[in-house]
Amino acid sequence: MNVIVCVKQIPDPATPGALDSATNTLKRDGKLILDDSDAYGVEMALQLVDAAGGGEVSLVSMAPNGETAGMRTALAMGAVKGVLVSDPALQGSDALTTAKVLAAAVQKLGGADLIIAATESSDGYTGTVPEQMAEVLGLPSVTFAKKVKIEGGVLKADRQTEAGYDEVECPLPALISVTAGVVEPRYPSFKGIMAAKSKPVDTVTAGDLGVSPAGWAGAGQKVTQVAQAEARQAGEVIEDDGETFNKVVAFLENLKVI
Amino acid sequence: MAINNVWVFAQVSNGAPTTGTLELLTKARSLTGNVTAILGGDAASVAGVLGEYGATKVYATGDLAGKLPGVAVAAAMKAVIDGGETPDLVLFPQNYEGRDVMSRLSVKLDKTVLTNSVDVVVDGDTVAATTPIFGGNTLVTTAFTGSAPYLVAFRPKSFAAESAGGAAAQVVATTVPDTGAAGAAKVTAVHVEESTGPKLDEADIVVAGGRGLGESDKFAMVEELAKLLKGAPGASRAIVDAGWVPYSYQVGQTGKVVKPSVYIAAGISGATQHMVGMKGSKNIIAINKDKEAPIFGIADLGIVGDVHKVLPKVIEALKGR
Repeated sequence: MNVIVCVKQIPDPATPGALDSATNTLKRDGKLILDDSDAYGVEMALQLVDAAGGGEVSLVSMAPNGETAGMRTALAMGAVKGVLVSDPALQGSDALTTAKVLAAAVQKLGGADLIIAATESSDGYTGTVPEQMAEVLGLPSVTFAKKVKIEGGVLKADRQTEAGYDEVECPLPALISVTAGVVEPRYPSFKGIMAAKSKPVDTVTAGDLGVSPAGWAGAGQKVTQVAQAEARQAGEVIEDDGETFNKVVAFLENLKVI
Repeated sequence: MAINNVWVFAQVSNGAPTTGTLELLTKARSLTGNVTAILGGDAASVAGVLGEYGATKVYATGDLAGKLPGVAVAAAMKAVIDGGETPDLVLFPQNYEGRDVMSRLSVKLDKTVLTNSVDVVVDGDTVAATTPIFGGNTLVTTAFTGSAPYLVAFRPKSFAAESAGGAAAQVVATTVPDTGAAGAAKVTAVHVEESTGPKLDEADIVVAGGRGLGESDKFAMVEELAKLLKGAPGASRAIVDAGWVPYSYQVGQTGKVVKPSVYIAAGISGATQHMVGMKGSKNIIAINKDKEAPIFGIADLGIVGDVHKVLPKVIEALKGR
């Protein structure tokens, strides 16, 4: 059982996001880290390979400047190798181009029984790349999987719905996107962190993968305006002295909701 | 370009079109009189309401027999387009099925997608979508630069659903072409998680809990207060990820968008990802220990205090009324 996990390396969410003044797209030039949402997919992959009794977990990622810091975190968790697509010509790519690039990276690794992604990234959150990849690769998919197992070569997943969840069965190979909380991601061990430093990451360009690097020109979309939304004003802020519950009750009373 | 033909990916729940579908139809008919709904399922019982909100035609695939809509409906849409009818604009709800159908269609048509939008504006030759970022503090307008069809997904409640009193939509049966290996996923069982009280995204009052509750048992306070106020309980992503409550409780960018009359945030600091989902509330009450918490920046009433002390007293006072 071989699994490929799509991992995104993003600016640390703890630092406030900013737009590049020239392009009006998200700045991604500082230190990048593994998107928290992707740690769940890596963990899921490691558990499925364990349960299958063999195989390996590989990674694909697309990032500027040959960045591998986030991939190293996933390698430290237990993935064995990765393909990083890093190409200045890919700057400004839309989600569709990103999906084509990642799909080509998956093919470079020779495909897998299962491809795992998060439901959406924590920085851009377009939320379409996993399903677009599945379509590019001609694979069936289960998005928003919140419970996953493989039985007799068939993927069985609980898929989040508006009303509850669906049980879905799907033959392999397939692609899934997993929700946060699907499993508890492990912390990399010291040994894992040391080993990750020497695990192979193949850095390639879009051209190496045979994908035309569409970049800004091919993105099919362009930011035309950035405006400040109408700010909401803060109201009264008071320290609790044991009696502030009266304020809450009065506030609700005033609105005639009680 | 002029917008002459708008499609809406329609969804049906409990035998009726979803509110999201009616919101998108309302927007669509403001752009053109030629609005078509595309439905993965049977349209006979919903053509009336779809028409009332603006659809003149509905393409319906009939029962999907367990196929996931992403693959099936996108294939049906592509078949219609291959048949010679090309929409200028296709509107999707930003939800599980909407995203799947939109993604599959985007690859089939080799067209970009704009997601998380709250509006679409047609200005001369330009079609652009508006998306709030950085917790809704900044509004970004993004224009399509290629040719139609333009695919846009909208957050819930981006538009108010209003009936136009139109006649029933004409139902046109469309078939799902063979989707091969890509269409091999099948739904084998459907589970509805029953919840009592109003639905989170429709409730007039929402009481939401976050990490500040300390432990999962304490979420009971949030549920009790919600019940007393005849509202719905909600949660921040932190405690959903921690497994305290199901994902369906989540308010925020990756959860539900709510705009109740009153939103009570208990032990929620106000991460960007959460605020996106609730800052449209008419009135916000926040209770949090940390007086620097961002939630106080948008609260109409902020109590700097321990939720474990304040909430029980509020509950007690309401019970005594």
